[in-house]
Amino acid sequence: MSTEERLLSGWGRTAATRARVRTPAGAADVAALLRHPGERGVLARGLGRSYGDAAQNAGGLVLDMTAMSRIKAIDRATPSVTAEAGVSLKDLANALLPFGLFLPVTPGTQHVTLGGAIAADVHGKNHHVDGSLCAHVTSLVLQSPAGERLTLDRATTPDEFFATAGGMGLTGIVLEATLTPIRIETAYIAEQVARAPDLDATMEGLASTDASHRYSVAWIDCLARGNRLGRSVLMQGDHAPVEMLSGPARAKPLELPQRLPLAAPPWLPSGLVRRETVAVFNEVYFRRAPVRAERLTPLDRFFYPLDSVAGWNRVYGRRGLVQYQLALPLGSEHAMREVLERLAASPAPATLAVLKRFGPQEGLLSFPLPGWTLAMDLPADAPQLSELLDGLDELTAEAGGRVYLAKDSRLRPELLEAMYPELPRWREVRARLDPAGAMRSDLARRLGLQK
Amino acid sequence: MRDALGSVQSLLVLGGTSEIGVATARTLVNGRARRVVLACRDPRAAGPAVEDLRRAGAGQVDTLRFDALERENHERFVDDAFARFGEIDLVLLAFGVLTGDPVDVIETNFVAAVAVLEPLARRMVRQGHGTIVVLSSVAGERVRRANYVYGASKAGLDGFAQGLADSLAGTGVRVMVVRPGFVRTKMTASMKAPPLSATPEQVAHAIARGLSHGSETVWVPAAMRPLMWVVRHLPRAVFRRLPF
Ligand SMILES: Cc1cc2nc3c(=O)[nH]c(=O)nc-3n(C[C@H](O)[C@H](O)[C@H](O)COP(=O)(O)OP(=O)(O)OC[C@H]3O[C@@H](n4cnc5c(N)ncnc54)[C@H](O)[C@@H]3O)c2cc1C
Repeated sequence: MSTEERLLSGWGRTAATRARVRTPAGAADVAALLRHPGERGVLARGLGRSYGDAAQNAGGLVLDMTAMSRIKAIDRATPSVTAEAGVSLKDLANALLPFGLFLPVTPGTQHVTLGGAIAADVHGKNHHVDGSLCAHVTSLVLQSPAGERLTLDRATTPDEFFATAGGMGLTGIVLEATLTPIRIETAYIAEQVARAPDLDATMEGLASTDASHRYSVAWIDCLARGNRLGRSVLMQGDHAPVEMLSGPARAKPLELPQRLPLAAPPWLPSGLVRRETVAVFNEVYFRRAPVRAERLTPLDRFFYPLDSVAGWNRVYGRRGLVQYQLALPLGSEHAMREVLERLAASPAPATLAVLKRFGPQEGLLSFPLPGWTLAMDLPADAPQLSELLDGLDELTAEAGGRVYLAKDSRLRPELLEAMYPELPRWREVRARLDPAGAMRSDLARRLGLQK
Repeated sequence: MRDALGSVQSLLVLGGTSEIGVATARTLVNGRARRVVLACRDPRAAGPAVEDLRRAGAGQVDTLRFDALERENHERFVDDAFARFGEIDLVLLAFGVLTGDPVDVIETNFVAAVAVLEPLARRMVRQGHGTIVVLSSVAGERVRRANYVYGASKAGLDGFAQGLADSLAGTGVRVMVVRPGFVRTKMTASMKAPPLSATPEQVAHAIARGLSHGSETVWVPAAMRPLMWVVRHLPRAVFRRLPF
């Protein structure tokens, strides 16, 4: 087990802090490390794909879980898969594919670990029908900081299970999990693309096809104003059956076509992402999208368009980027319009904005709630960013919505309780699992999560 | 914790009744800071500053006794501060004197600053993060005859702070050096304000901006930077004869 002192930051590359990083090789190492967490506590870290400070523990101990990446069992009949928490969703999906199986839920990048995905209770483009990842976790093994090795599931230990699912790593260290994959016939998605000229059309487009498509999302132009406010490119899809394939793909339906890897250069100046350049990009993107089309898209291209460029976060320069994702309950569509109006009027350029529908949700600190969610990237040095986002936080809290902790890096702690009404219960369960308060993170310190 | 946009939540002001210190604390409170500790020689004298910061929205304002010249207590002071307040995201070093016995001026502005910054920096390294803001002065950029003792003390402090910053690279702790020109405060009330003089509020805003930009040095006003570049490169013979 190696130890090194390192500066850690999230994917947004803001507010780095230093920690002692250890890389446990197995459950015994984790248990041993938890026995002496030190005065600044301990935290697990996966692939560091949360944008803010969720996977940082300043001055403390951080367990890099990526060496614990064994896939222990794949059962095609049930179906079910058991794997260690440090496995990446990419390796997991690649192992499942030849069996005609796929992840029940996947976020917008496959460079995340199973443990990180459980801790954030990640959602995908299918939340409106399938819920979040933990809805498909049949059980998980948690090394509690109090020294116990617990097997958690929703039936026998619902409190502990739902405090850990979406609990941002603060209940203990997830060692492994068993989940239920879905069956697929091919490595392709039958995708339908359509342009929507404004917000009403976008929301209507998403709402009306909820039932008919497993995956749906709208790429939205946050800089468009006036009668083009909320214009978007709607993308909906379902796993393609074998009959839809032809040629070589039909012969090997469960194989992904090769893609050329690209990488962003290691150093880029700040200020590349500004309102003008983003506006041009959005215009081109919108106009290049077909007015309406159907196509077959390989799984990875459909789910992880950004993964084809390694290190794309560096495009935002030295100051890094802030990802902002909010959820608004059904019935607060007017608030979503207001959000978009403020974004369009602000000098801060919101890039890569995505609008989706959410369905019902369990999990005490899980982010989704039935309604709508909007996610976007913003350069951290954008003018008046703080004012803009503080305003959006307030609007969101007032409308009964919330921001996503896996992406947050700047929320005012005062708004946390309004956004997460189950917080007191989560705190109770957490304190039971970790009476000494050994689990810590920068996110928890900043937001006063554990009080 | 410091957030993605450079705002801090808790700060310790050394020289807690200094006008620049209080103005900076007020500005940071308006941004995000919730917890302020004012460290000063006579905590009772900090009453108005405490009130001021509470009004500005600080959830918690405390005072601690801190006498720069009681060097032997500095280490313990730092331990106490961290023990009592837990997280300290930012320390603002704002104490100093302009005139007096030359050795006292050097003792206060330079030696005492070194004596408290050393244990502070070590503590912040253990904490894994933190920002130290050191109030230097343009007077330290080139020491001039009219206030050479003050200038020398700030030159020493400035050099120390820069070296400290470099030595802390990679630890998560950073140091920002602030070089104001003439600031209109009670310390300078008896003097005539020259051109390019600033108010404590202007210094405070420059500090807040520097923090959010991740700057290493901040000049107040910004025009001081090119001006002092010229001053620094003047030949001695010319510099000596300048009328200030
Ligand atoms: C391009 C991109 C797209 C994204 N798209 C989506 C999306 O569509 N939907 C979505 O929900 N999220 C999305 N995310 C966010 C991402 O899915 C989450 O932040 C996820 O938690 C990252 O996993 P990680 O392994 O990198 O974890 P890290 O970022 O390293 O850690 C995240 C949290 O998980 C905890 N953790 C990690 N491992 C363990 C463990 N073994 N036991 C206990 N706790 C653990 C950490 O303590 C921390 O609190 C996206 C992120 C990026 C960069």
